[in-house]
Amino acid sequence: MQPITSLKQHTPATPQSTPPLTSAAKIKYLLTGLAGIGLWFALYLQLHRLAELIAFSLLGMTPGTHLGEAMLFFFYDTPKVLMLLTLIVFGVGILRSFFTPERTRKILAGKRESVGNVLAALLGIVTPFCSCSAVPLFIGFVTAGVPLGVTFSFLISAPMVNEIALVLLYGLLGWKVAALYMGTGLLIAIVAGWIIGRLQMEHYIEDWVRELHINGVDIPDEQLSWTDRFNHGKTAVRDIVGRVWVYVVAGIAVGAGIHGFVPEGFMAQIMGKGAWWSVPAAVVIGIPMYSNAAGIVPVVQALLEKGAALGTVLAFMMSVIALSLPEMVILRKVLKPQLIAVFIGVVGTGIMLVGYLFNIII
Amino acid sequence: MEIKVLGPGCAKCSEAEKIMQAAVEEAGVTATIEKVSDFQQIAKHGVFSTPAVVIDGQIKCVGKVPTKPEALGWIKGI
Repeated sequence: MQPITSLKQHTPATPQSTPPLTSAAKIKYLLTGLAGIGLWFALYLQLHRLAELIAFSLLGMTPGTHLGEAMLFFFYDTPKVLMLLTLIVFGVGILRSFFTPERTRKILAGKRESVGNVLAALLGIVTPFCSCSAVPLFIGFVTAGVPLGVTFSFLISAPMVNEIALVLLYGLLGWKVAALYMGTGLLIAIVAGWIIGRLQMEHYIEDWVRELHINGVDIPDEQLSWTDRFNHGKTAVRDIVGRVWVYVVAGIAVGAGIHGFVPEGFMAQIMGKGAWWSVPAAVVIGIPMYSNAAGIVPVVQALLEKGAALGTVLAFMMSVIALSLPEMVILRKVLKPQLIAVFIGVVGTGIMLVGYLFNIII
Repeated sequence: MEIKVLGPGCAKCSEAEKIMQAAVEEAGVTATIEKVSDFQQIAKHGVFSTPAVVIDGQIKCVGKVPTKPEALGWIKGI
């Protein structure tokens, strides 16, 4: 493998290799951005009125009836969540253009464990990461000297604490639940990674990974202009919102049905605070289930509304997102079964503790 | 020309492969396109975010699906 010093000549840093912005163009971008955000807010604040208009005036539903309330719920929550999702995904898309897995690896390589775990969990939120590159990323981190525990902190945080989960939790359940989820998600990633590091399980990485000698291929940083970063944001919106909107609409439709028709307190028996076994059960059921945040949050909201306890429901959601069977199967290629078992055990225990904690304090 | 698309086989990886294929056809050059999905082989290229495109041993992009103009640029630039 030759060092790729000549890469820059061949590849323009970006598709269109845009020239630096002139100040006039900068002002244009700023004004367009401000106008866009202004328009967004103006529309967002009118959503409830619009939903009432559609449900009651246009479709002739009666306020207070089961069907009427379900309709109102659907026509209010769907545009609200989709608008929030678009705005946040666009913002995060721009933010992510500042981070690459290569840069994150450089930051984490040779960091001490405790500091490294915290940094890795935080970088897990902003580093662009597709779950199918978990294995190459794992190899890249470990061979670059990122400690095993720190690598795990990253791998736990990256899928679990993501902008889609946070937007949906904020939009459907309020900022407190979103903040709780983010805080405890980060905490689990940091502590679980730290524990795995303490257990010194390096020899449970598959031998071929440890014997791998990777020549120092230096992938040069791309120089991005602001136009490119805006394009990153736009691509993220097209990719992510284009992919998840179906789940959001379907999830909210199910949620709306439950909201309108299922009696209050229906879930209290099975998923309420009184049922101590519901937390471990929620974690175990969540492992083989594989869904993204977009599909799971509207269901979570409906469960909560009908008397399920917050801790139990959060534990379920975290288990579905963070511990997935397909990911374990892929990770098996680089990890021996013992290490996978420890990974599931430590993260699962962490999620369970979070579940119990919230059931006790809230 | 030897083009390798590195990726374990998710949607993004096959999209990258398709774009390279289309770019090769459009440029009218003769090139072999190989999909590398073995993790060990991917790692040996020093790549750890996929999809990645390698042309004649040179890493052209990592961690994203290239655009067609980009791909055309690489193919014609050689």
